[in-house]
Amino acid sequence: MTYLKTFATGLVAAAVTAGMAMAQDAKVIGVSIPAATHGWAGGMNFHAQEAVKRLEEVYPELDFVLATASDPGKQVNDIEDMVATRNISALVVLPFESEPLTSPVQAVAEGGAWVTVVDRGLSVEGIEDLYVAGDNPGFGRVSGEYMASKMPDGGKIVVLRGIPTTIDNERVAGFESAIEGSGIEIIDMEHGNWNRDDSFNVMQDFLSKHEQIDAVWASDDDMAVGVLAAIDAAGRDDVQFVLGGAGMKEMVKRVMDGDTMIPADVTYPPSMIATAIELTAVGMTSTAPVSGTFTIGSVLITPENAEQFYYPDSPF
Amino acid sequence: MASETVNMPERRRKLPSMSVLGPVIALLVLVAIGAMMNPNFLGAGNITNVLARSAFIGIIAVGMTFVITAGGLDLSVGSMAAFIAGLMILVMNAALPVLGVGVPIILLGMATALIAGLLAGLLNGFLITTLGIEAFIVTLGTMGIYRSLVTWLADGGTLSLDFGLRTFYRPVYFDGILGVSWPIIVFALVVIIGEVVMSRARFGRHCAATGSSEHVAHYSNVNVNRTRLATYAMLGVLVGVATIMYVPRLGSASASTGVLWELEAIAAVIIGGTVLKGGFGRVWGTVIGVLILSLIDNILNLTDLVSPYLNGAIQGVIIILAVILQREAKAKG
Repeated sequence: MTYLKTFATGLVAAAVTAGMAMAQDAKVIGVSIPAATHGWAGGMNFHAQEAVKRLEEVYPELDFVLATASDPGKQVNDIEDMVATRNISALVVLPFESEPLTSPVQAVAEGGAWVTVVDRGLSVEGIEDLYVAGDNPGFGRVSGEYMASKMPDGGKIVVLRGIPTTIDNERVAGFESAIEGSGIEIIDMEHGNWNRDDSFNVMQDFLSKHEQIDAVWASDDDMAVGVLAAIDAAGRDDVQFVLGGAGMKEMVKRVMDGDTMIPADVTYPPSMIATAIELTAVGMTSTAPVSGTFTIGSVLITPENAEQFYYPDSPF
Repeated sequence: MASETVNMPERRRKLPSMSVLGPVIALLVLVAIGAMMNPNFLGAGNITNVLARSAFIGIIAVGMTFVITAGGLDLSVGSMAAFIAGLMILVMNAALPVLGVGVPIILLGMATALIAGLLAGLLNGFLITTLGIEAFIVTLGTMGIYRSLVTWLADGGTLSLDFGLRTFYRPVYFDGILGVSWPIIVFALVVIIGEVVMSRARFGRHCAATGSSEHVAHYSNVNVNRTRLATYAMLGVLVGVATIMYVPRLGSASASTGVLWELEAIAAVIIGGTVLKGGFGRVWGTVIGVLILSLIDNILNLTDLVSPYLNGAIQGVIIILAVILQREAKAKG
């Protein structure tokens, strides 16, 4: 009796919920991204929120649910929750790590939802409908080509690497092949983990270890901040310039102002998440085809074009 | 026969036990390795770098020594440092139009850091002592809270001190007296005061008594709760002191500030011979622990011996070895 009653209540509740969902009749787009644990991710969070805010006004028939995860496990839970409780029609995901996210995202795709993958690819090809990719080898190549053009007679440089990941490996490989034969010699490489404090310590040690360093490829603007502070504190004037990367607003400002220590920067825009959300919304609401791969190239920022890459309102 | 038995304890007193020697030997071995690997290792520049960057963790670890000695634990210190750094930067930036660049605004920033640290420490202590919640749980909770708060304050990005202010405040990290930089001087003062309090003052004895047996301490007229509360408050203030030294270095704070500082501080305390279960603490040992940890990083950067992927593994091995060295000696007598 009681069992039956419980069962019946459950059925009614389920029917009501389903009815409500039907009544709403809005398509839900789930956005799952890593939390703002470093500068670039902070900028990416900012642009994701801005894009969601704007699109909710433009398309009243779309609902967005945004979740930020501090580790891959949490991100898998977020995606499962979105499917179970919000019945999403599309998922925009920037995977924390490729491997652990592949099968959960595959399950979403098999459930019939549209899948957009951003920046980091999944480890199995062909799951996603749309891939909005940053160009990591290109990021390294553009950086390397700039170094080579800036130092025509070659020279000794040190390199700070990011957190040991595929992204970092691709960038460094791109950089190394671009400076091949230019006479530029990498005399040391260490991981600064895309972190200001770590890169400060590493650079201090590089300066103790090497008497002559002509230039630094910091490979990231946060790391460039630490590197500059270390050079400044050591009072060394052998380092001619530091090349960062990503397009942090403070660094773009310095390029714009013609700072000789920061003569250029290479973009890896965190706003690519906005591109992905916008394209997904277009796909959901129109007949325009948006499937395929959309690669966002890394561009060299110089004093001449710096103004168009300067976003003073962004936190990054 | 009789003379031999009399001599035994004397000989023992002359040779300190392995638990005292262990960390010192480990440190000396590291220094020797460093000096062999790179001629710049013992240069004044490198020594200043290593000591100054050890100061943050070191100052916090001295406070942690008291907390652990009294049978507690604090996992929130890294997040707390990031939060206080963020708060300090916000307060100083906000006061800039009123106070202008000068000594008063720096003092305001320092006061903010110390008061915020004291309050944060008191909050941890209150939840642990008065409400009787496990220290591990309380500080795990506040660790998450402070980390989120700094991310929120920074809007996911980085909080930066006004440029003019940073230039004015910079000497607090980079300058000093007679070539010894301020972080090193402050670190040394904190260690000296900590060592005296731990080994000579009543408070140090109360901490050890509380950590070794709460009941016995209680019956010996030690106010257990107040002692514990005081250790957390003291640690909070020291986190504030560390932040005062940290902010002028890069003039910024973000969600990635102070990540894993709590574990480095705890590791340093344990390497130094303080017992994790409480009851016995050694402040000077903690200093050795901190130096060992920073030297490993420094040596790995100065040499090309191992793949940088393995830095963490080397650190782990040395931490465990340093502790084994002590335990072995203790077990044998």
